[in-house]
Amino acid sequence: MSLIDSSAIDLLRLLNSGEITAVEVTQAYLDQIAKHDARIQSFLSVGTESSLEQAASVDRRRASGKPVGELAGLPVAVKDVLCTEGWATSCGSKMLAKFVPPYDATVIARLRAADAVLIGKTNMDEFAMGGSTENSAFFPTTNPWDTSRTPGGSSGGSAACVAASMAPLSIGSDTGGSIRQPAGFCGVTGLKPTYGRVSRYGLVAFASSLDQVGPLANTAEDIALVLQTIAGLDPLDSTSAPVDLPDFCATVNQPLDGLRLGIVREHFGPGLDDQVETAVRRAIREFESRGASVHEISLPHSKYAIATYYVIAPCEASSNLARYDGVHYGYRTDEIEMLAELADERKQLLADGNEKQLDNIDSPLMRMYRMSRSEGFGSEVKRRIMLGAYALSAGYKDAYYVKALKVRRLIRNDYDDAFKDVDLIVGPTAPTVAFGLGEMTDNPLAMYLQDLYTVSANLAGIAGISIPCGTTSEGMPIGLQLQAPPFEEERLLRAAQMFQQATDWHTQRPEMS
Amino acid sequence: MTNTAYETIIGLEVHVQLQTGTKLFCRCSTNFGAEPNTQTCPVCIGMPGSLPVMNRAAYSLGLKTAVALNCQIPEFTKWDRKQYFYPDLPKGYQISQFDLPMSEHGWLEISDPKDAFETKKIGITRAHLEDDAGKSMHDEATGKSDSRIDLNRTGTPLLEIVSDPDLRSAHEARAYLTELKLLLTYLGVSDCNMQEGSLRVDANINLHIPIGDRTAATPIVEVKNMNSFRAVERALMYEAGRQIESWHSNPVELGSPGGHKTTRGWDDQMQVTRIQRQKEESSDYRYFPDPDLLPVTATAGEVEAVRGQLGELPAALRVSLVKKHGIDDYDAHVLVNQDRPLVDYFEALAAAGGDGKRASNWVQQDVLRLLNEMGKTIEQFPVAASALGELLKSIGAGDIDNTRAKDVLQEMIDSQVSAVDAMVALGIEKVDTSDLESLCQELLEANPAVVADLKEGKMKAVGALIGQAKKKNPNVNPAQIKSICIQLVEKM
Repeated sequence: MSLIDSSAIDLLRLLNSGEITAVEVTQAYLDQIAKHDARIQSFLSVGTESSLEQAASVDRRRASGKPVGELAGLPVAVKDVLCTEGWATSCGSKMLAKFVPPYDATVIARLRAADAVLIGKTNMDEFAMGGSTENSAFFPTTNPWDTSRTPGGSSGGSAACVAASMAPLSIGSDTGGSIRQPAGFCGVTGLKPTYGRVSRYGLVAFASSLDQVGPLANTAEDIALVLQTIAGLDPLDSTSAPVDLPDFCATVNQPLDGLRLGIVREHFGPGLDDQVETAVRRAIREFESRGASVHEISLPHSKYAIATYYVIAPCEASSNLARYDGVHYGYRTDEIEMLAELADERKQLLADGNEKQLDNIDSPLMRMYRMSRSEGFGSEVKRRIMLGAYALSAGYKDAYYVKALKVRRLIRNDYDDAFKDVDLIVGPTAPTVAFGLGEMTDNPLAMYLQDLYTVSANLAGIAGISIPCGTTSEGMPIGLQLQAPPFEEERLLRAAQMFQQATDWHTQRPEMS
Repeated sequence: MTNTAYETIIGLEVHVQLQTGTKLFCRCSTNFGAEPNTQTCPVCIGMPGSLPVMNRAAYSLGLKTAVALNCQIPEFTKWDRKQYFYPDLPKGYQISQFDLPMSEHGWLEISDPKDAFETKKIGITRAHLEDDAGKSMHDEATGKSDSRIDLNRTGTPLLEIVSDPDLRSAHEARAYLTELKLLLTYLGVSDCNMQEGSLRVDANINLHIPIGDRTAATPIVEVKNMNSFRAVERALMYEAGRQIESWHSNPVELGSPGGHKTTRGWDDQMQVTRIQRQKEESSDYRYFPDPDLLPVTATAGEVEAVRGQLGELPAALRVSLVKKHGIDDYDAHVLVNQDRPLVDYFEALAAAGGDGKRASNWVQQDVLRLLNEMGKTIEQFPVAASALGELLKSIGAGDIDNTRAKDVLQEMIDSQVSAVDAMVALGIEKVDTSDLESLCQELLEANPAVVADLKEGKMKAVGALIGQAKKKNPNVNPAQIKSICIQLVEKM
């Protein structure tokens, strides 16, 4: 087995025993990127030199017996939504194409402190809005299993690069399924931790009450390794939770006895692809054969989850994205051109004898706002800003935003009730496998339905993981989602690892021609 | 134009910068006057990905103020985003408090020492916390109409104190502001420096005009750009006059077509208010709870602890000064309205000198004058209350008169000596009663005309004798001279 097909845990063992060096590992992944990323397009930027420097530094310290971090020498790819000091962070948007943060996100700082090698920044839907990575302002990422398909999204780059062995580990963010769905589409493992488990400081906000940073990798064990590093209370994030951090790595290999799995009745209804359903049911039987019991449960308000999500997320987004106004940083329209246009408009009105209309022309500031935002944002981002601004407007706020908050509470209550009877909830990650590029770009509503099984976890703030559980007749990976009560990532990871010890879906790799 | 009776209705919104030293949601300094954009960080300038973390000290100062304003403190308060676009607002929203402010339903009592209006309680609608915006500097001098933004102020903690529309005159509005500023100063929550923008006032004003058996209200005007309490008073007087004139020429009522609320700016140079262009963004701020911040809780116990630590506040202090030192309301007002250290000095002086009224007069007339001349604060005053108290005791004992005592105080300051030493230095010593009597006898003999006047009951005539006595011996006590002369004349 070549280096790039190893799990992160195996690589770390080889690194620690001195059989391989961090430079060798990093170079191997850089070579794979050089070879295949022109086709997959999972990276927005690759830190070729900086990652080799970081790797060399780790090697030097390791060789001289100095202490190194717990991820020393392991390459990690990072979704371009996390701020990296001195390294452009675009969020997949023209608006921030040239934005270079003066600071590291807490997750990045923790990865650096653990001596992880930051190999590159991955492609994403603009501001993490989308489920296919086609909303990137730069280029779409393709699915390594079938490059005519999308890798899912919004963390499509982070999922695709792990699937294509261009990085052993990656970081994504999940607001409505943006880690789990692409993990499912690309046949990798992806965890959305409990809201508050991982600091959001330096994560460019989409919907603050739903956003959560999490790892993607090939195995649950590798996920545990990264989570251990990035999780935990952060004084810079008021919403990070003051809860104990278990030793995930120490327990991940312990199978769970007497596991009670809940199957959500509502998750096996219309819209679910037959092949996906078959694979998921087979996976559930696998759990049963390992001693788990299965219980049918109901999440009665889950049918409102998509509607609720698509009110709350845009409301928060409309506010979070207000700062991109062309004044302080980021994209600004061409001012000379803009002022000339304004002058022309005034001239035209005067020529038409329409002086009264002069007052209705934008001030230069207002026009600068309009043009900068019109040109800097893509259509999906604009759609959500408008949705959110509308839903928060006087006269509409109670009917939309306030009501959505109430439903959100009911959705959480459903989970609290369900978890009285079961330890984990199991089901499909997405209703279908990866769809074709361009297939849904004209149908935003169909795209929103991709989030059917994932958004509830964000609304309720609970943890969820997607693990590979089969392939379709066309060879496309199928994702199995497990959900756990708040701060029960340990249980989630042990269950996922238990499944992966019994199956080999997670070891399958796409043919990289 | 007929003379219409009307009532002026005024409510005030006061923004106060809290003296936390650091900003409301980050640890940047809030010092005034630094080079532009040097007191900023990713959080206060709203960099992508940055998150606010509440400064508990700001909440504590807000709580202290709210309790002192007799507000109800809910157990639970939260943060909301107030959204609008402006270049000095880098996040695109202000973090403020909307429907669950940290305090509501309080009051502040105002009174006038000259009884220009009756003592009354002004309702406090609410007091809530929010972060300040930056400063826009419109550089028109260059002719390029460039605007520059200084974000040093961005994120400075503000307490917005909103009064009920309970004020009935510009004079009352000024009294309210004076009392509020005094309270804030006593609490030590703000330096209330209007020039540096630590205290800002907006006023809402309209008129209630009785028409038959109903009352018509003129459209509400929000007045801005007032840079001193005097400006507030004048702007409101002007605005009331403007509104009644406007009513006479075109009686538009609040809420009727053309009767919406407008904003006017005070032009201090021309002493007029002028209509301001409406904000480009309409006033739908799309408030919603800030998901980046946790709600704040304050238990009843915590609130009571704050109440217990408030110390004596101005209103109570005035009452206690009157009771303890026998001074009148007016004097208590003047003393308390200076500042707390001056009151402390006064109380120490009253104790040392043994006479509250005399201490009050000396503080108001002499100490304040000397401080003013020296450009010093009471803490820097070179004469300790105990030392000045010795001097006041001498006055009380009749050892020295007021006028000479002023010279002694000046000598105490100039030569840094005690009262006794200053008196010695000035050659002041008590004159024996027998010496005084012989001096008076001598004077009466030399001034038969004065004696005649005195016999006719023209007591003012004795003044001439006092003047002569002082020439002969500067240490004589005028009051004693007067009484001895009168006694001698009576015996004649």
